Amino acid sequence: MALALELTAVWLLLTLLLGLVRIWQGPKPGDRILASQLIGTTGVAILLVLASAQQMPPLRDVALVLALLAVLATVAFVTREVRLDKETGDD
Amino acid sequence: MTDWLPWVQITLLVAGCFFFAVGTLGLFRLSETRDRLHALTKVDNLGLGLIAVALLPSAPTIGDALKIVLIWLVVLAASATSAHLIARAAGHSGDGEEP
Repeated sequence: MALALELTAVWLLLTLLLGLVRIWQGPKPGDRILASQLIGTTGVAILLVLASAQQMPPLRDVALVLALLAVLATVAFVTREVRLDKETGDD
Repeated sequence: MTDWLPWVQITLLVAGCFFFAVGTLGLFRLSETRDRLHALTKVDNLGLGLIAVALLPSAPTIGDALKIVLIWLVVLAASATSAHLIARAAGHSGDGEEP
């Protein structure tokens, strides 16, 4: 069972690395922030899997914090990108 | 305890990995930002949900199992809101060819 968990973690890590490629070549900023969201979700999954594989409960709290911080990154990007905070009329 | 449980967990884990792979593949195959957003958000959450369910039986205490479910719900809500924000950002920056 632990082997299956470790293999899952390795597989998730590979998908995460693929996400990096998208960040590098993503034409539009929207793609880059998408890839960062992918990394957030995959990171949470990896942490959960490792928390069970190595019997380290604190990793689950790390996953929770990562899940929350990924949202902040997206919000920061969008407000800077589109000036949502200063959006008055629908130009 | 029942010996079929690890096999159920493994199949769920494999399904979760499959959906993560599909999500990442979608990130590359689809051309439009919004299509990618559409594919990525849904599929990754499903993959995470499957992995969370796979991990539930091996959680040492009930509290940990509830924490896994909580994490999944937080990620669901988080990616739903950020998906809307990204869609708005992608729409606003106006990539020209769409109205």
